[in-house]
Amino acid sequence: MKTRDLAYVALFAAIVAVLGLVPAIQVGPVPITAQTLGVMLAGSVLGARRGFLALLLFLVLVAVGLPLLASGSGGLSVFVGPSAGYLYSWPIGAFVVGLITELTWTRYNLAWALLANVVGGILVVYAIGIPFVAVYADAVTLRQSFTGSFVFLPGDAVKAVIASLVAVQVRRAYPVIERPRRAAAVR
Amino acid sequence: MTLALYVPVASPVHRAPAGVKLLALIAVSVVVFAVPTLPVVGGVLVAVLLTGLGIARLPAALLGRQVRAVVWWLLALAVVTGVVGGVASAALVVLRLLTLVLAAAVVTATTRVTELVAVVEWLCSPLRVVGVRPARIGLLIAMTLRFIPLVAERAERIRDAQAARGGAVRGIRAWTTTAVPLLVQVLQMAHTTAEALDARGADDDAPPARPPGRGRR
Repeated sequence: MKTRDLAYVALFAAIVAVLGLVPAIQVGPVPITAQTLGVMLAGSVLGARRGFLALLLFLVLVAVGLPLLASGSGGLSVFVGPSAGYLYSWPIGAFVVGLITELTWTRYNLAWALLANVVGGILVVYAIGIPFVAVYADAVTLRQSFTGSFVFLPGDAVKAVIASLVAVQVRRAYPVIERPRRAAAVR
Repeated sequence: MTLALYVPVASPVHRAPAGVKLLALIAVSVVVFAVPTLPVVGGVLVAVLLTGLGIARLPAALLGRQVRAVVWWLLALAVVTGVVGGVASAALVVLRLLTLVLAAAVVTATTRVTELVAVVEWLCSPLRVVGVRPARIGLLIAMTLRFIPLVAERAERIRDAQAARGGAVRGIRAWTTTAVPLLVQVLQMAHTTAEALDARGADDDAPPARPPGRGRR
């Protein structure tokens, strides 16, 4: 990895932290935060590998005790609670967003961007976060956990639209992901 | 902004190596799930509280804040479990969550960020085989902590500039008109930072040769 890649990874970890400053809306146990917007943007702008590392780095910073999550929380406690699955899903979500973005890079447009952000930023996050709650709390069934997560859907849909609009414009102004052919030549 | 959750006190818990405390935390989480009986989980909870409040002398308010962060979960879990499995299993689920959250909070409050970073670097050392340099993690963390205030400040400035020109202040439009210039600016900034680091010998492809006998520290 080049120093430039490290700087981009650090930058997006910082961006996710800054998005945590946007006030979160507390609905029941899990807060609606702007930070999943960071998951989508990291994948959309940096691609799979760097997006994954950016979110992993962010979680490491939270784990070592910096209060970077939206509610001002941090430390190891958040990784053992019932909603920890959502946190663990972030790097994977960013990876999937990045993967779809890279695969469609040459013909990338708003539609592809929306697909990438909905699949990676919403579906993957739910697919990990929802069963985690059910496994954690024996009595909570998968169905209950699934229904409970519907309150997040409108917010997440808005975030996917914002991330996609932004990603398309940033690609035009400052493309970070390289064309597949050139990337292959560099490696 | 760089306010950590560490609480400095001179106690044996604070002095214990970070690795030992993390192992203890893992042991606690294994026990409360492997032996789900009220006396065992309750006993572990008492032990955690004795360690945190008694030996490490952490302020009770700090642990209280951590509990408040999960109070909604506690209520929801208690209600759902109580309806399905009765009072005993509801108590078990609540005690288990409390134990885990408090144990993790005690580790976080008694261990410096730098010590935990050292553990992370140590954990990453096997990755040397696949070409990861653990020392890079320190660089990554330092860069992130520097970027956080920079990104926040630039976001503020761009928002002000848009507002001064009569741009949208809230809604989807405000987000995109702020985020696009912000991302372009900070990506350039990150690029410049990387160039500056490379100029000082941080390049991955050319590890700096250290003169013999003058290693770091």
